[in-house]
Amino acid sequence: MVDQLVIGDRSLQSRLFIGTGKYSADTLIPEIIKKSGSEVITVALRRIDFNSPTGNVMDHIPSGMQLLPNTSGARNAQEAIRIARLAKAAGCGNWIKIEVISDNKYLLPDGYETIKVTEVLAGEGFVVLPYISPDLMVAKQLVEVGAAAVMPLGAPIGSNRGLKTKELLKILIEEIALPVIVDAGIGKPSDACEAMEMGAAACLLNTAIASANQPELMAEAFGMAVAAGRKAYLAGLGRSEKYASSSSPLTGFLHSSIAEETI
Amino acid sequence: MEVVLNGTVANVDQEMNLWEFLLSKELNLETIIVELNEVIVKKQEWKTIILQDKDRLEVLKFVGGG
Repeated sequence: MVDQLVIGDRSLQSRLFIGTGKYSADTLIPEIIKKSGSEVITVALRRIDFNSPTGNVMDHIPSGMQLLPNTSGARNAQEAIRIARLAKAAGCGNWIKIEVISDNKYLLPDGYETIKVTEVLAGEGFVVLPYISPDLMVAKQLVEVGAAAVMPLGAPIGSNRGLKTKELLKILIEEIALPVIVDAGIGKPSDACEAMEMGAAACLLNTAIASANQPELMAEAFGMAVAAGRKAYLAGLGRSEKYASSSSPLTGFLHSSIAEETI
Repeated sequence: MEVVLNGTVANVDQEMNLWEFLLSKELNLETIIVELNEVIVKKQEWKTIILQDKDRLEVLKFVGGG
């Protein structure tokens, strides 16, 4: 059986979602996509700066990729709804990553506003993927109001600190029927692999690839780590034990037979 | 007359439609999104809308993000 992640009306082979921010040049993006194997990519919407015009990131994203515009910059539900509608009007499709943040130090999401946005946009036919703190009650309410997945953070955005919220992520994975996509904070391929081993449906990351010395190589490493972690989850991890348990038989040792013959 | 373009006041010397105004800003019109007085304006409507004094325009594009 082919292992696919189904979100909205799309079946995905790759469980790695990637961002497009922080690259030294947007021209790197096609190779990052290719090496990572990712099929879902995030973008942001911003005012054009007429004093320093720059290119458009969309010029570097191959057709066929599932676009996941985010609502970054939104400080409340109203602003997030506005950004989501603009992204849809721009031809980005109907997927939207909800990001409502009013805390500029840790960039932690506002769960209450996120629930409000999700309810409105899901009602308008959006496939809503909200970025949240790994809070079970918030996640449960997001299920109620029509989210397509929940995207809890592993650590603050861009921190590369890994799965600091591991225990809470495990609870969400256990209790929430929607795909749980670990978003934010993943710093190493081993972090992504661990999240997948725990049963996360996918990982979304940006900084860990973009800030690597060789982003293309890191993209490939993350693609492999996510795939490996998923396979390990499907295979079922063996039990961990306090004491040693020999992997080789504990009978028929050469020394014991020699000892017996000598006697 | 004056319009507010991305939060900054901009002078418009003569009557012009939205499409002409955007063109005068040397933008790639294929890749931008325009909101006029907080209402999204579809591309096919740009030539039919004449800018009015105190109009508030937001001109946006996609950038890299996570």
